[in-house]
Amino acid sequence: MLEIKNLHARIAEDGTEILRGVNLTVKAGEVAAIMGPNGSGKSTLSYVLAGREDYEVTEGDILFNGESILEMDPAERAAAGIFLAFQYPMEIPGVATMEFLKVAMNAQRKVRGEDELKIPELMKRVRAAADELQMDMSMLKRPLNVGFSGGEKKRAEILQMKLLEPKLCVLDETDSGLDIDALKVVADGVNALRSPDRAVLVITHYQRLLEHIVPDTVHVLYRGRVATSGSKELALELERDGYAGLVGEAA
Amino acid sequence: MNMHMQTTRTPAEEALLEAFSKLSTGLPGNGPVAEKRQEAVELLRKGLPTRKVEAWHYTDLRRLLSRLPDLEATAAVTARASILPDSVVLSVLNGRADAPEEIEGITAATSAQKLADGTAAALLGFEASDDTVSAINSAFAADGFMLDIPAGTEVSRPIELQNLHAGGQTHTRFAVKVGAGATATIVERHSGEGEAFVSSVSHLDVADNANVNWIIVQDQPESVSHLGRINVNIGQHAKVGLFVMNAGGKLVRQELRIVAAGEYSELRLRGINLLAGQSHCDVTMVLDHAAPHTTSTELFRNVVTGRAEGAFQGQIRVAREAQKTDAKMACNTLLLSDEGGFSSKPELEIFADDVACGHGATVTDIEKDHLFYLMARGIDEKTARGLLVKAFLAEVIEELEDESIVDALETKLDAWFAAHG
Ligand SMILES: Nc1ncnc2c1ncn2[C@@H]1O[C@H](COP(=O)(O)OP(=O)(O)OP(=O)(O)O)[C@@H](O)[C@H]1O
Ligand SMILES: [Mg+2]
Repeated sequence: MLEIKNLHARIAEDGTEILRGVNLTVKAGEVAAIMGPNGSGKSTLSYVLAGREDYEVTEGDILFNGESILEMDPAERAAAGIFLAFQYPMEIPGVATMEFLKVAMNAQRKVRGEDELKIPELMKRVRAAADELQMDMSMLKRPLNVGFSGGEKKRAEILQMKLLEPKLCVLDETDSGLDIDALKVVADGVNALRSPDRAVLVITHYQRLLEHIVPDTVHVLYRGRVATSGSKELALELERDGYAGLVGEAA
Repeated sequence: MNMHMQTTRTPAEEALLEAFSKLSTGLPGNGPVAEKRQEAVELLRKGLPTRKVEAWHYTDLRRLLSRLPDLEATAAVTARASILPDSVVLSVLNGRADAPEEIEGITAATSAQKLADGTAAALLGFEASDDTVSAINSAFAADGFMLDIPAGTEVSRPIELQNLHAGGQTHTRFAVKVGAGATATIVERHSGEGEAFVSSVSHLDVADNANVNWIIVQDQPESVSHLGRINVNIGQHAKVGLFVMNAGGKLVRQELRIVAAGEYSELRLRGINLLAGQSHCDVTMVLDHAAPHTTSTELFRNVVTGRAEGAFQGQIRVAREAQKTDAKMACNTLLLSDEGGFSSKPELEIFADDVACGHGATVTDIEKDHLFYLMARGIDEKTARGLLVKAFLAEVIEELEDESIVDALETKLDAWFAAHG
C-alpha cells in the first residue's frame, strides 16, 4: 500500500536535510510502528507523507497504491485516503468544529463520487463516533481545537480519522498527553479501524501504546534513515535497552 | 485647507460643474436650499482634493475620480428583496424615491419633498473645505427619505433604505431622527448595475436613551465610484450599533462622522471591507467624544485580494470635558495578495486627562500551518482559504446579537467569496 523509496527531504526554508534515504514498505492490513529518538525525523516523515510545503523532497519517491504522490497537494493526498493525526494538532480560531467536519467529509465524498452528507446524517455519525471515543459533543461546538486540552486534541484527531475513514492512518505520537484510560479508548478507536484494506503507521516512543495497538512490524528511524526493522519484539527490546545498541549497529 | 485652483480641470471636475449648470434649475429646493447648493458648487469649482489634503491622503480623489459616467441611467431598476427578513423597504431607484410605504408610528417623507419645502436646508452644507463628499452631495442631492421616529416608539420591523441604480449619476440624502427612548434597525444599502457615480449622505440623530442599529451594505459593481457619508449624533444614554460592509465598487469612500454628544452615550462600530480586483476603498472616521462617560469601540476587519488598495483613517477626538471616555479602536487586515495593500491610520486627539483610549492595527496573511491542517483533511485549497478568511471575519459578525443580521451578512460574505475567493 505504501512504499517509501530512498526518500530524502529537507527543510524548504534553509535546506537542512532531515530525511536521508528512508526506505519503508507497509502492506495493506499492516500496522507498522515507527520508533526512534527525539529529532530523528519521525514527524518530518509524517509531514512529508501528508504533503506539508515546509519540506522539499530532493530524492526518492513515495508510492501509495503503486502511484507516486509527490506531485499531489495535501488535499489530494487526503482525498486519496492518507490521514495524519498530528503530534501537535493546531488550534484554528473562528472555524467552527462542526462546520469543519462537514466541509472535510463532504470534500472527500465529492472526490470519491459520493453524495453530500446532509446535516442530520452528519450529526448522527459525529455523535456515534464521539460516543465511542467518550467525547462530549459540547466540545464540538467550539472553534476547531481551540482551548482543547492536550488529550482532548488527540481524541479529536481520532474522531476525525474515524469520520474520514482513510486508507492509510499515520498516527504521530497520538499516545503522548493521553491519560491511561484515554489511551485505551483511543487505541480501541484505532483498532476498530483495522481492516485488510487499511494500513496504520504508528509513531510512538512507548511500548505501552503498542500493547493496545499491536504492530506487525517495528522500524527504528535514526538520523533520517530506517536504522533497523523487526517484529513487535523489537519494541520490547528498545524499551529494555534503549537506542544505544541499535544506533551503534547502524552507525 | 490648501485646495488651490487647479490650472486645468480634470474631465471629472469639468463634468461636475457642467452637470450642475444643467441640473441645478431642476433640483428640488429654493431659497436656503438653493443657496447651500451654490456654496457647495463654489467649493467644487476649486477642484477635487488630492493626497496633499490630509483627509484625502490615501485617496487622491482628483486622480482616482478622473471621469464621470453620463448623467442618465441606462436602464430601469426594480426594488430588491430586503437583506433582513420582514423589512420595510424604502427604495430609491435611479436616484428617485418611490412613494414611501406607510410605517406605523413613523412619519416618512421623500427627501425631494423636504428639499422642495426647505425643511431639509439645514442638513445641506459642508463641515470644512476638505468635506468634499458633503459638498458634492449638497450640490446635487435630489431625493432619498427622511424619517421621524417619535419618542418611545419601538419600530418592530427593520427599515431598509435601498439605493439602487442602473448606471448614471445619483445623489441621495437620507435622514432619520430617532426620538428619546425609541428603538430601530435601519439598513442602508447601495447597489446597482453598470457604470455609475453615486454620492449618498445620511444623517442619524439619536435622542436620549434611544437604541439604534444602522447597517450600511455597499456592494456596487466594479464600475462604480461611490462616495458615502453618515453623520451620527448620539444623545445621553443612547446606544448606536453601526455596521459597515463594503463588498464592491471601483472607488469607494465611506465617511463616518460621529459625535458621542450625550453623557453615557455608546457607539459600537464594526466594519468589514472586502477588496478585490483593482478597487480602492477608503473608510474614514472622525469620532468626537464630546461628553463625559462616553464609550466607543471600533473594529474593522479587511480582506484584500488582487491589486486592490484600501485605507482606514480613524480619528478619535476626546474633548476636555469628556472625562471617563473609554474608546478602543482596532483595524486588522488579511492581505491575500502581494500586489494589494491596506493602510491604516489611527489618530487619537485627547484633551481630557482621565480616559482609557487605545488602538491597534495589524496586517497578516493566512497562517500556512492552518491552511495545511485543513487541506490535510481533504479540503481543497480554495475552500480552505475561504474557511480561514471567514474565520478572520467571524469575530466581527458573530458578536452581533441579532441572528437574522448575522445570517444576512454571512450570505453577503458567501456571495463575495463565490465571486472573488
Ligand atoms: N520546519 C522545521 N524547521 C526547523 N527544523 C526542523 C523543522 N522540521 C524539523 N526540524 C528538525 O528536524 C529534526 C527532526 O524533527 P522531527 O520533528 O521530525 O523529529 P521527531 O523524530 O518527530 O522527534 P520527536 O520524537 O521529538 O517528536 C529535528 O532536529 C527538528 O528540529
Ligand atoms: Mg515528532
